[in-house]
Amino acid sequence: MHVVVIAKNTPDTEATVSVDASGNADWGDKLVVNPWDEYAITEAVLLKGAHNVTATVITLGTEEHAEALKHGLAIGCDQAIRIWDDALAGHDGLAYATAVAAAVNKLGDVSLVIFGKELSDIASDQHIFQTARKLGWNMLGFVAQIEAIDFAAKTIRVSRLTEQGSQVVSSALPAVISVVKDINEPKYPTFIGIRKAARAEIPVWDAAALGLDAAALSSKTAHIRYQALPAREGAVEIIDGATVQEQAEALVDKLLEDKVL
Amino acid sequence: MDFALTEEHVMAQQMVRDFAQKEIYPTIKEWDRKHAPHPDVLPRMAELGILGINVPVRYGGQGFDYITLALVCEELERVDATLRVVMSVHMGLNCMALMQWGTEEQKQRFLAPQARGEKYAAYALTEADAGSDPVSLRSTARREGDVYILNGEKMWISLATLADNILVIAKTDPHAERPHKGITAFMITRDMKGVTTGDIHGKMGVRAGSTGWIAMQDVEVPVENRIGEEGEGFYVAMSCLDNGRYTVGAGAVGCIRACLEDSVKYARERETFGVPIAHHQLIKQKIAYMQQWYDAAKLLILKAGWLKNQGQRNTRETAVAKWFATDMSVKAALEAVQLHGAYGFSDEYDVERYLRNAKGAVIYEGSSEIQQLIQADYALEYRKDKPLRCELPAYDVDYWQSEV
Amino acid sequence: MNVFVWIEQHNGTPVAASWEAIGLARQLGDTVTALVLGQGVDDIAQAAIHYGADAVLKADDATLAQVRFEPYVTLIAHLVQQHNPDIVLAAATISGREVLAGAAADVNAAMLPDVIELSLEDGKLSAARPVLGGKVLSVEAVTADGPQFATLRSRAFPMPEPDANRSGTITEVSPVLADDVIASRVESAAELSGQVSLTDASVIVAGGRGVGGPEGFAPVKELADVLGGALAASRAAVDAGWIPYEHQVGQTGKVVSPDLYIAAGISGAIQHQAGMRTSKVIVAINRDADAPIFRLARYGIVGDLFDVLPALAEAFRNRLG
Repeated sequence: MHVVVIAKNTPDTEATVSVDASGNADWGDKLVVNPWDEYAITEAVLLKGAHNVTATVITLGTEEHAEALKHGLAIGCDQAIRIWDDALAGHDGLAYATAVAAAVNKLGDVSLVIFGKELSDIASDQHIFQTARKLGWNMLGFVAQIEAIDFAAKTIRVSRLTEQGSQVVSSALPAVISVVKDINEPKYPTFIGIRKAARAEIPVWDAAALGLDAAALSSKTAHIRYQALPAREGAVEIIDGATVQEQAEALVDKLLEDKVL
Repeated sequence: MDFALTEEHVMAQQMVRDFAQKEIYPTIKEWDRKHAPHPDVLPRMAELGILGINVPVRYGGQGFDYITLALVCEELERVDATLRVVMSVHMGLNCMALMQWGTEEQKQRFLAPQARGEKYAAYALTEADAGSDPVSLRSTARREGDVYILNGEKMWISLATLADNILVIAKTDPHAERPHKGITAFMITRDMKGVTTGDIHGKMGVRAGSTGWIAMQDVEVPVENRIGEEGEGFYVAMSCLDNGRYTVGAGAVGCIRACLEDSVKYARERETFGVPIAHHQLIKQKIAYMQQWYDAAKLLILKAGWLKNQGQRNTRETAVAKWFATDMSVKAALEAVQLHGAYGFSDEYDVERYLRNAKGAVIYEGSSEIQQLIQADYALEYRKDKPLRCELPAYDVDYWQSEV
Repeated sequence: MNVFVWIEQHNGTPVAASWEAIGLARQLGDTVTALVLGQGVDDIAQAAIHYGADAVLKADDATLAQVRFEPYVTLIAHLVQQHNPDIVLAAATISGREVLAGAAADVNAAMLPDVIELSLEDGKLSAARPVLGGKVLSVEAVTADGPQFATLRSRAFPMPEPDANRSGTITEVSPVLADDVIASRVESAAELSGQVSLTDASVIVAGGRGVGGPEGFAPVKELADVLGGALAASRAAVDAGWIPYEHQVGQTGKVVSPDLYIAAGISGAIQHQAGMRTSKVIVAINRDADAPIFRLARYGIVGDLFDVLPALAEAFRNRLG
């Protein structure tokens, strides 16, 4: 039995981003593990510790994304696999999902696929739900807690966030879940895990290894360019006043004048 | 010549950085203000394996090299010196003394639980009237059959009230013709009858740490707890300093980095005369110096660490690294406070804490003045390293990382 | 151009951003068909027509009572296959993101998720979406033929005026999946009772590290209540355990864009900005005049939030009646 976590490197969330005249963005060269994926990796390792399951971490990306895999191994995943094929350059969510689903099928015996809530760089979670459909498995998104999981009986019960609050949902395994930050406290790598990760040879699965032809990985949407956010009008206006009541009145005047309310 | 850190080094460094930044940094100021040890530091460092970082796996450690120890110390002191002090006394002054001088039985009995973080360790050489001149210490150890009877009081001992195992240096022959030959090292444990400890308050810096005194009144210490031979204690104590100073110097590198990083951030944000202060040349000069001090200090420390990995004596190289790094950390902290202006003078920002912490490190584990005498004496050939009966073992990755 | 819009509803309450999607659909297409799924949703089908739909495909069934991934995705994909619309839209809520992405995968279609601008050029959709922590926009376009899916960020598109005189056809459709083949069950649901949802809110009052503790949120909540707004928090406050995670705005929380965002005791770390920088007007209240939040704000008050917030609540109460 097998738990798979999908993780990726993304630009540092602290980085300042600039856009040049031809629409290229510069976010420095520092990559970190996608913040949400830290929770996903930890959840996989916690499940591995509590149940007799193997934890595999998979990334889809060029070699610079292997660090997310090393991080997964250092925290306690058993093995790591990198998916990459030149046909995936500029991939959209559907191509991503197609490749990941093929990798999960190739592993076989997988009960649960765990994603972090979204990828912070492309600000999207589309590929997660599409992976579930490509696998033909049920999807439990925005999971805040796995309340019960029974790999042998193939059942799972989770508490998940909804726009209106939360709900408890039970489902059959295999399933795909995406996790939010309530689910755990991300683990640190262990030193023994670091040693293992540093020495790991990570296999790369290309389209042929996944049994896909390049056409199956072609994208249906394309990124055209980056664009700076519309500039905020003017600098901040600091509201002064002799008393805090005066300041409050003045601010309310401004907001009503601007028809904000 | 290879200046590259290994992937293991980088990942270990990142892991300790994440721990210190996420778990300790957010509340360190409160504990510093309270003059009380941050309660999470020791248990979490134990849990994460940091307390055994460079101890062989077979002795309960993590099997990393001596360079990693320096990187860990840098990351810890990047947040606060008190975290690094733990490594100085637990690892540098105690665990590493056992790695060098301990018998196999002592390694199993003391080193393994310490490396696993089950026992905390400290080192007690200094006394009220014996700091830079350790040969003048007054604590005594009198042999009676299978035990030594220890008496005396140790001062300025880090983790005095928290440590389980304490490496104590005492005189077995107060009247020895060559006084340093009359000194012996012992491992005492907190639970021994006659051991009392207390904290020292009112320190200028390392306020979120534990510093105190240890009093010994007719403490019976079994012969099996003697570290090294009788009369070998001075050499044990001095070799401990080769390792303690290494951690202090590496920590000071972290302090310089803290000053540099905080100053860079502030200089970009803070504006005077309509521009960020980073545009002013005298501000740039301060930042340039901090960068220079950081680079130079780090190279000296890594060189000392490389010598340790090779199993070569490094007394001089470690001493020069500690002297330079700690002196520069004081200068960097002074400049950082200056750069932060009135804010730097208040505890609104962290730089005043860096300054108070940095000032300690030019005093303890050999003051800067002692370090200068050491360097001069080596240059003048008044001082030469003689081989020791036991040397710190060279780092051997296979031996370090295998279970047995 | 035929446009499908999934009208998301929960327990008979439609998601406001679904109407925004109908408004956009009217601009993009010639005919607009609303997909209304649920149980007891006649009123919502009618409302969809009032908001601008020409036709409604209505599935009224117990298996659709709650929004669940499998039956919703399967049915919407089935309807898309059957009717072959050019464009399929929905609100980019939690459910909208899941259901539309799933259906797009089923019909092997292009998808542009969570967009704030959407236009049609030569029959292909082109969108702008905030990426990289909301620090820049990515312009993306559909390149493939076939149906084109997009989800729309709440409050990014204008809300159309409903017209009670509009009429349209309502056609009943049946669910695809029978109850016994649906693997998931909603066992219980807890609503944020009496609280305004953050993504829908036109006014949000948020507290950060500066509130100092759980009880420090009292004046924050008081002002939110006076304004009929939602209560939010920065990560610092959530991590400290002062307020539950569902209130968190930022990189690892919710992304909001209200008309008015009042940040009290929030320094404005880049991760917090990622969740709120598209707010129309930002007001910052902070003791530290150098706090980064002031660089984002339209109005600022340098002062203690425990003085300023009650004064603001009082002033609003007087002025808004």
